[in-house]
Amino acid sequence: MSKEWPLWEVFIRSQHGLAHKHAGSLHAPDAAMAIRNARDVYTRRNEGVSIWVVRSADIVASSPGDREALFEPAQSKVYRHPTFFPMPDEVKHI
Amino acid sequence: MYAQMVDTGVRSVKDAAAMTPEEQAFQARIDADVKVEPKDWMPEHYRRTLIRQIQQHAHSEIVGMLPEGNWVTRAPTLKRKAILMAKIQDEGGHGLYLYSAAETLGVSRDDLIADLHAGRVKYSSIFNYPTLTWADIGAIGWLVDGAAIMNQVPLQRTSYGPYARAMVRICKEESFHQRQGYEIMMHLAQGTPEQKRMAQDALDRWWQPSLMMFGPPDADSVHSAQSMQWKIKLLSNDELRQRFVDQTVPQADYLGLTVPDPQLRWNAERGHYDFGPIDWREFYDVLKGNGPCNRDRIRTRVKAWEDGAWVREAAVAHAEKRAARKAA
Ligand SMILES: [Fe+2]
Ligand SMILES: [Fe+2]
Repeated sequence: MSKEWPLWEVFIRSQHGLAHKHAGSLHAPDAAMAIRNARDVYTRRNEGVSIWVVRSADIVASSPGDREALFEPAQSKVYRHPTFFPMPDEVKHI
Repeated sequence: MYAQMVDTGVRSVKDAAAMTPEEQAFQARIDADVKVEPKDWMPEHYRRTLIRQIQQHAHSEIVGMLPEGNWVTRAPTLKRKAILMAKIQDEGGHGLYLYSAAETLGVSRDDLIADLHAGRVKYSSIFNYPTLTWADIGAIGWLVDGAAIMNQVPLQRTSYGPYARAMVRICKEESFHQRQGYEIMMHLAQGTPEQKRMAQDALDRWWQPSLMMFGPPDADSVHSAQSMQWKIKLLSNDELRQRFVDQTVPQADYLGLTVPDPQLRWNAERGHYDFGPIDWREFYDVLKGNGPCNRDRIRTRVKAWEDGAWVREAAVAHAEKRAARKAA
């Protein structure tokens, strides 16, 4: 009986110096094979210059039920955005 | 389409009054174009329908590699061979993106593959036709990938997040597929009379099966209403088919090839092409397993899976041995 290869999440950093971004997932027996498979599955057209892989089982995610508790407090704090502070037209470079 | 006649498990669409509060909230989010994500609550029928649809789509990508693979060793030039291999490799990638999306719904990859091999889940009818000449490779890229694009572009807006994201990635790669096919057709159509005949013959054989890819007429499409309410289907079969005909006929004209339909003509009043009836008996027959290549396709997939078993097992044994050594 064969065991299914574990699932890995793949993160790719593009050429433009941005952070690694989730690209998708794949199955692989170990980390080295996960990187190789990620190269073939997710970077066939120069999509990246760096790959991270992590076992899907090791990812801890917030749960949809916690959405309000986690994210609602930020909604009332509009003063965290620069647009909260209107500036007179005469004042430049601010 | 790549997923044809997906059973939603429901006979009629519920209106808001008949829904539970949970179902109402779910439908309201879909109506507001908020994506459904793997951990969100979803109706069981939605989950199961999506598994069936995404899985059919994934199997189609993988089985679709076979008719084209038939010509890799006989591609007319090294350049054509390299292009064809890149195209087929993309299709393998599409299958993988989609299997991953299906797995977020709580099924295992091996179970999905077992469903295909046992004939419990279908793949698109189109891949049960043979590739008899090199021109068929051109016709597939032009028509089959063209029809796939028609279907997949709206699916980028589908309600299930992982499915929509897989479609975005796939759509980016598809137009290369269609163009390489059309370019093969251009070369043949502008070549010797014999080459042009070959191109015409391929169009003659692939035209109707390509139209069938969009699935049965809307009137016979019993599950569409529910799928549309859930936004896992965004345009009707007939609508997509009409768009495909409208887009493709001028492309055939440019090639100087004749679309094999004596009733095909531009209808200025409708602003669309009218076209003749489709042989739906053939479609249902192919779906039932009686197309020219059904048995061959499944036999080839099962053989590849079984022949690769020792590699998968050896890789696991190696990984376990390395992990044990590290732990010691
Ligand atoms: Fe594809
Ligand atoms: Fe394709």
